[in-house]
Amino acid sequence: MNMTRRNGLTALAMHGALIAYTLVALFPVFVIVINSFKERKAIFRAPLALPDSESFSLIGFQTVMSQGDFPLYFQNSMIVTVGSLFFILLFGAMAAYALSEYRFRGNRLLGLYMALGIMIPIRIGTVAILEMMVAAGLVNSLWALILVYTAQGLPLAIFILSEFMRQVSADLKDAGRIDGLSEYTIFLRLVLPLVRPAMATVAVFNMIPIWNDLWFPLILTPAEHVKTLTLGSQIFIGQYVTNWNAVLAALSMAIIPVLVLYAIFSRQLIRGLTSGAVK
Amino acid sequence: MTALILKNVNKSFGKVNVLRDISLTVEKGEFVVFVGPSGCGKSTLLRVIAGLEDASSGEVHIAGRQVDHVPPSKRGIAMVFQSYALYPHLNVRGNMTLALKQEKQPRAVIEERVAKASRMLNLDDYLDRYPAELSGGQRQRVAIGRAIVREPELFLFDEPLSNLDAALRMNTRLEIANLHRALNASMIYVTHDQTEAMTLADRIVVLRDGKVEQIGTPMELYNNPVNRFVAGFLGSPAMNFLPASLLEAGDPRIIGLRPEDMFLSSDGPFRARVSHVEELGGDTNVIAMIDTHQVTLRLFGQHRIGEGQDLHLGYNPEKAFHFDPEGHRLT
Repeated sequence: MNMTRRNGLTALAMHGALIAYTLVALFPVFVIVINSFKERKAIFRAPLALPDSESFSLIGFQTVMSQGDFPLYFQNSMIVTVGSLFFILLFGAMAAYALSEYRFRGNRLLGLYMALGIMIPIRIGTVAILEMMVAAGLVNSLWALILVYTAQGLPLAIFILSEFMRQVSADLKDAGRIDGLSEYTIFLRLVLPLVRPAMATVAVFNMIPIWNDLWFPLILTPAEHVKTLTLGSQIFIGQYVTNWNAVLAALSMAIIPVLVLYAIFSRQLIRGLTSGAVK
Repeated sequence: MTALILKNVNKSFGKVNVLRDISLTVEKGEFVVFVGPSGCGKSTLLRVIAGLEDASSGEVHIAGRQVDHVPPSKRGIAMVFQSYALYPHLNVRGNMTLALKQEKQPRAVIEERVAKASRMLNLDDYLDRYPAELSGGQRQRVAIGRAIVREPELFLFDEPLSNLDAALRMNTRLEIANLHRALNASMIYVTHDQTEAMTLADRIVVLRDGKVEQIGTPMELYNNPVNRFVAGFLGSPAMNFLPASLLEAGDPRIIGLRPEDMFLSSDGPFRARVSHVEELGGDTNVIAMIDTHQVTLRLFGQHRIGEGQDLHLGYNPEKAFHFDPEGHRLT
């Protein structure tokens, strides 16, 4: 058997599969973006055609900018996403450190309990969550969303981060203890920088579902001043008439911040995904 | 003054007893090596002394002060780890000064101590480099430097040479010996390598299964081991153990013979068949089988011996050790 030839074929097959998958994944995004720059009629006449001089129109973007308060929705989505990620990473890392570093009674059980949350969708508890938020007076406040998303993201964050923290050299932490560093300093200055790739992985995994979520904003924050982008875009989708120009334009714009956040995390992300397998 | 006193130290993890009733006194300026096979508890003992683990019972005194409930940083110790454990985000100077800054030492003192340590360890050119930019040997020197600047009552070394290659290991071993002489410091050194133990130690503590088997100078242990385990652990190649019944039927004892105390002799009592020969130039190690018992014979100089050859082996009866079947030393 000719190994080089076989490897060549394997590589070709792998690249083919990956390219095909990339095309499938990008196709809807591509269609959304091109159609957001077209007139309404052109969208329906030839949905796959690129905008030309005749069909080109910014009417969708104009509608989005004039109706509703999209800069505010943007800001709300951004606050919720960044805030949730901050708390997920902070509390997730702290819990993971405690579970991986300290021996105490019920350590494994507690870890298992935390991981259980990965398997149970938080939406099952929607009614109870709504009741709690009403009781706490947090309905129609961005805190309601941040708290829910933090709870939703923590199980996976703790699971991933504690795995990575177990790999951080015990000698390093002990050296810090002998040099008189406090446990907080050891955690913040020694351990956290070393698990940065894992933190980026957790951030990306959590960011997209939070940004795109419609369910909890619809239930917990329907008021105008706390609407998120996804919820705000719904005003263009009516039961009988849908303003497709506006919906597509809103969606196109909604992609941008996610891309920016992703670009920030992605370098770290790749290291995070491969470090377990390669090293 | 004593550098370290351990009184009846016990340590158990759950039901497993890792350390059993260990008592030891280390004098000031002494170099003591803990040696034993992996899993014997030597590293755990070191961590108990450092305060990284709490003893289940017993007392630890460092420099005349009982430190059972004192955190590691206030025990007057410094530790060098097998994996160097340098702080990756700090340069060499930062690594060496961190502990002193935590102690709030005045800047002049810090600079003076770093200058002194870096001169001793030839680190002057590397002070602004980061650990990732250093070789293994340099990293280990930085780790040692980090310990020196603290001017501790007691140095703790946890297998510091295990990650180095053979040539570097020899050099660093010499450096540690010189350092001990120059600083006249009390040091405790953990290793599983009997060569390091023999060459560095003023006194060796041999541990097995969490218990002290024997404490003594390297030559005391070599010449007068209390049992078969100590006899077999120290010395390279290891001592040969043969049933005395090979010489005299019905004798239940076990004879221990060091490879260098056996020789070729046409009227020797053992007949052996050579299974392998290691020619080292200065020495020749012959591995041979007496019946089903493997023995190693260390001959000085170069010898032409082929595999499969039959030999008659003699030994020096004055240098033979005798053990009972349980491994206790008889004579």
